[in-house]
Amino acid sequence: MKLTLRVWRQKNADADGAMSTYEVDGISPDMSFLEMLDVLNEQLILSGEEPVAFDHDCREGICGACSLVINGDAHGPERTTTCQLHMRSFKDGDTIDIEPWRAAAFPVVKDLVVDRSAFDRIIQAGGYITAPTGSAPEAHATPVPKADADFAFEHAECIGCGACVAACPNGAAMLFTSAKINHLNVLPQGAPERETRVLDMVAQMDAEGFGGCTLTGECATACPKGIPLMSITSMNKEWLRATRKAAKR
Amino acid sequence: MARTVWDSTVGKKTVMAVSGVIMLLYLVVHLYGNLKVFFGLQEIDDYAVWLRNLGQPFMHHMWTIWLTRAVLVVAVVAHAVSAYQLSRRDIEARPSKYVHKKPRATYATRTMRWGGVILGLFIVWHILDLTTGTVHPGGFQDAHPYENIVDTFSTWYGNVIYIVAMLALGLHIRHGFWSAAQTLGVGSRTRDRALKATANVLALLLTAGFISIPVGVMTGLVS
Ligand code: HEM
Ligand code: SF4
Ligand code: FES
Repeated sequence: MKLTLRVWRQKNADADGAMSTYEVDGISPDMSFLEMLDVLNEQLILSGEEPVAFDHDCREGICGACSLVINGDAHGPERTTTCQLHMRSFKDGDTIDIEPWRAAAFPVVKDLVVDRSAFDRIIQAGGYITAPTGSAPEAHATPVPKADADFAFEHAECIGCGACVAACPNGAAMLFTSAKINHLNVLPQGAPERETRVLDMVAQMDAEGFGGCTLTGECATACPKGIPLMSITSMNKEWLRATRKAAKR
Repeated sequence: MARTVWDSTVGKKTVMAVSGVIMLLYLVVHLYGNLKVFFGLQEIDDYAVWLRNLGQPFMHHMWTIWLTRAVLVVAVVAHAVSAYQLSRRDIEARPSKYVHKKPRATYATRTMRWGGVILGLFIVWHILDLTTGTVHPGGFQDAHPYENIVDTFSTWYGNVIYIVAMLALGLHIRHGFWSAAQTLGVGSRTRDRALKATANVLALLLTAGFISIPVGVMTGLVS
């Protein structure tokens, strides 16, 4: 396959960026999107140019490091991570636009790499349990109803990639934050911090400068892990409950 | 608690949801009353007089109306201020746009902001037209809604303003009602279809119901 790539190039956080056009040839439909970018980078290095910086780690769709907006879609046209997107989703001769996640809370570090540490600070605000850890306890020691376990698992799937923020017209982190809150709030292990968790994580999310939810649903459409939009509804419910309880105290 | 709610994006959205539901309830009652215009002058004008004396002897003349007005003003202002502040925040959270643009979201979702502004302007015009009579065409008579309605919809601009506003209202309610359910945490997977259907029925009923009045005057059914 022969492709024209229009890639966002930006020297550093303070520099202005712009789209640069490159041609790549000999791309196999079985290559992943990141392997295609590797080919481009080899080409750039050989011609003495600066390679394109992009984030990646596991290349297995589980770490959440990869992050590209491809033709206007976070993680590209398929519902998967960029590393699990294959070139067969494109046609020979296509022009592909590649941009970084765009949100005030995710500043561009270089080219396609953005700083997602705002997510880490949201987790630090309450995305944990205070129970003593150690070796895994006997699974039957704390019974969890099947429905709750399924709900927790569904939300635990979030890999923290930030595609939800990238896709949201308001740069909101509601889907990520709600997935993390719901995952722990429904379980007995997460019960002691049930109220402080939702209040603190939402407050941190606001402090990071993410936008608010207008229930557009773009986040859930972009999410490679299928976190449902209704996850935000559950978070709102938890937030209202915690606010009422805090007021009574 | 008030501070926590007002300072949080989730809390401010709750303010929008609650005030929106209050306005929606008012609109259902308002439409119900307005449709009396199709039963003739006597019926709706009597209803207007009854409204002004509602709650007597416990309430003084006009007090129920003033109480309703107070609740509505609080709801409209809370709704608009929250919307403005949240929108400002949303725009700041997404300072640079994507080069590759795609049409996003449904029409009803994308028009919430401008639709809301249109409705706000409409409310001002509407009160000046049919409550105070300031911009009313022809001689405005208090407590004579039948005559006033006929006057308003005997002008071309009266028809245009009301019909455009009612179309905006339908779109606003279509996304707004369902959104309010999510914000208040009452939405769920099993209820989603019912909520979306209710939003569509409410939007259709209010838009078609209100539009039927200018259409009634235009076709001579109400004259
Ligand atoms: C074709 C559509 C409509 C017609 C014919 C209509 C008619 C009227 C009339 C005749 C009054 C005065 C009632 C009286 O004197 O007792 C009134 C008041 C009012 N209407 Fe409407 N209305 C319509 C749609 C709406 C909509 C869509 C809204 C909200 C967005 C609205 C909000 C109000 C408000 C706030 C008042 C003032 C109540 C007061 O303080 O007395 N109306 N309307
Ligand atoms: S909710 Fe989905 S899109 Fe958002 S960070 Fe988690 S996995 Fe990524
Ligand atoms: S590189 Fe780990 S999810 Fe894509």
